[in-house]
Amino acid sequence: MSETTPVIEARGICKYFGAVTALEDVNLRLMRGEVLGVVGDNGAGKSTLMKVLAGLYPPDKGELLIDGRPVQFRNPRDAHDRGIEMVYQDLALAGNMRIDENIFLGREHTRKVLGFIPLVDHKENAVRAQEHLDKLKIQVKSVTQRVEDLSGGQRQAVAIARATAFQAQVVIMDEPTAALAIKEVRKVLDLIKDLRNHGIGVILISHRLDDIFYVCDRIMVLFHGRNFAEAPLSQTDRNEVIGWIMGNKSKAGVTANLDLN
Amino acid sequence: MTTQTTTPLETHREESLRVRLIPFIDRYGVLLLVLVMGIVSYLLEPKVFLTWGNISNIFRQIAFNAMLALGEFVVVVTAGIDLSVGSVLALAMMSTAVLARDGYPIPVLIIVPFVVGAAAGVVNGLGLTKLKLPHPFIMTLGMLNIARGLTNLISGGVPISGLPEEVRWMGAGNITLAENFEIPVSLIVILISYALVGFFLQYTRMGRHIYAIGGNPQAARVSGINVERTLVFVYGLCGMLAGFSGLLLAGRTGSGFPNAGLGQELDAISAVIIGGASFFGGRGSVLGVFAGALVIGLLRNILNLQNVQVFWQQVLIGVVIIGVVYLDVLRRRAGSSNV
Repeated sequence: MSETTPVIEARGICKYFGAVTALEDVNLRLMRGEVLGVVGDNGAGKSTLMKVLAGLYPPDKGELLIDGRPVQFRNPRDAHDRGIEMVYQDLALAGNMRIDENIFLGREHTRKVLGFIPLVDHKENAVRAQEHLDKLKIQVKSVTQRVEDLSGGQRQAVAIARATAFQAQVVIMDEPTAALAIKEVRKVLDLIKDLRNHGIGVILISHRLDDIFYVCDRIMVLFHGRNFAEAPLSQTDRNEVIGWIMGNKSKAGVTANLDLN
Repeated sequence: MTTQTTTPLETHREESLRVRLIPFIDRYGVLLLVLVMGIVSYLLEPKVFLTWGNISNIFRQIAFNAMLALGEFVVVVTAGIDLSVGSVLALAMMSTAVLARDGYPIPVLIIVPFVVGAAAGVVNGLGLTKLKLPHPFIMTLGMLNIARGLTNLISGGVPISGLPEEVRWMGAGNITLAENFEIPVSLIVILISYALVGFFLQYTRMGRHIYAIGGNPQAARVSGINVERTLVFVYGLCGMLAGFSGLLLAGRTGSGFPNAGLGQELDAISAVIIGGASFFGGRGSVLGVFAGALVIGLLRNILNLQNVQVFWQQVLIGVVIIGVVYLDVLRRRAGSSNV
């Protein structure tokens, strides 16, 4: 894998909902160990683009490449299998279930009983879940706590742990800090930095520019369902980004499709 | 992600007590209710209540409702409801009775209720997932009428009696362990069924997925769980157990009658709710449901022994449902007030 091959790349993605154009010829590239911030106003197409990447929506046009090879996702499972994981805005955790069960939901460890009956190995799941949480330095009282008994930040951490439990290459996060108490935001952002240090590519959608500027390496702006601007964080500033979000490029010389394709 | 350091010790201890107490009541509250009812029954009828004859009679009476409640429970765990179980019971029972009258062999007569019940349940599940009817209430309300109508169609609306002894065995048979000590086969059948379903829910992937669907269907879906297929299975299982219940009732009464199980779905739902399951899904255990069925059975039994009018029994069951769920509301409020 050369250093210049993106771990995931989207080329010319179009997505229509009836007469509504959600995405029009959108490109995206993400390298290993890179945190890409995706911003844009409400309805700019951020969430739709992420759902295309995560296999929830098939694109109407355009192609996805993983490690430079074209792929097609029919459902989230296909994306999982390729190491693309999404942490959903509404968290997508089952509050009535334990932390370890949530982390391994749909992918439980089993052991064969009588040689052929696969039964859920609750002990193994708990041990593996604890190991994984330790690796990410996430602290909980016990992995057997129910998720509904956790704070918002802890739930977000569990959701992230869930997304990274199986050889994730890319983790997509949709507003991970939106519902958090202020003191918990920093912990989640540090967790994202941690993922980057593990070589995972992260796409972060956020309305909070504080978050973006704290954790991202590069920023990409969508406007009315199209690529509008893109820049390394070091070469832009908040005011310019706010201008881009509003669809205003007069101040900056940076143009759309800067280094795409 | 916890910051426990700032929490004063005092509240921490209080919290830990509550943390330990609430799951305890969660799990054993309804068993306590059974115990209390048993003691009250004993005090009211010291000579009769604790005789094995009376106890085994209670189990014999609750067997078919307990079987219905077991299937209903699995559906309620997914945050669904099945209103058709009473009618499906009747259809399964009548199918067997009709085939028995026409001289079909015993194994067929025993298998048919399961097949008929499962088929009706699968149709419920498919209606829910393929037709995308807005709520399981609608599909199973339709099935309630369809199955009841079919029951009357195949039987001409009249009872059919004279089922073979072998077919009746599970519903009416006894296993004699000692003199004056017989265990109803239906009790053993119920215990085995509860154990199997409880094990299935706890230790198989699909069982855990059923709880996950009840907790958050969206989470289940994005986790790669095939929610539709699981739901079809759940309604099929519920229908099959309703068919089984029909076999038990056919055995106990020695016949098939078209009004069997009329309104019985409400008793089944009552047992599930008294047993601690939540209509919002994802909660409850088979042990609780069994206790819930037992509460209803005990209530009926003691009221019968006291010669209380049957109409009052219905009133009291209504009061118990409301009371138990209200206690649950109070408990949750107490549990969440300081979190």
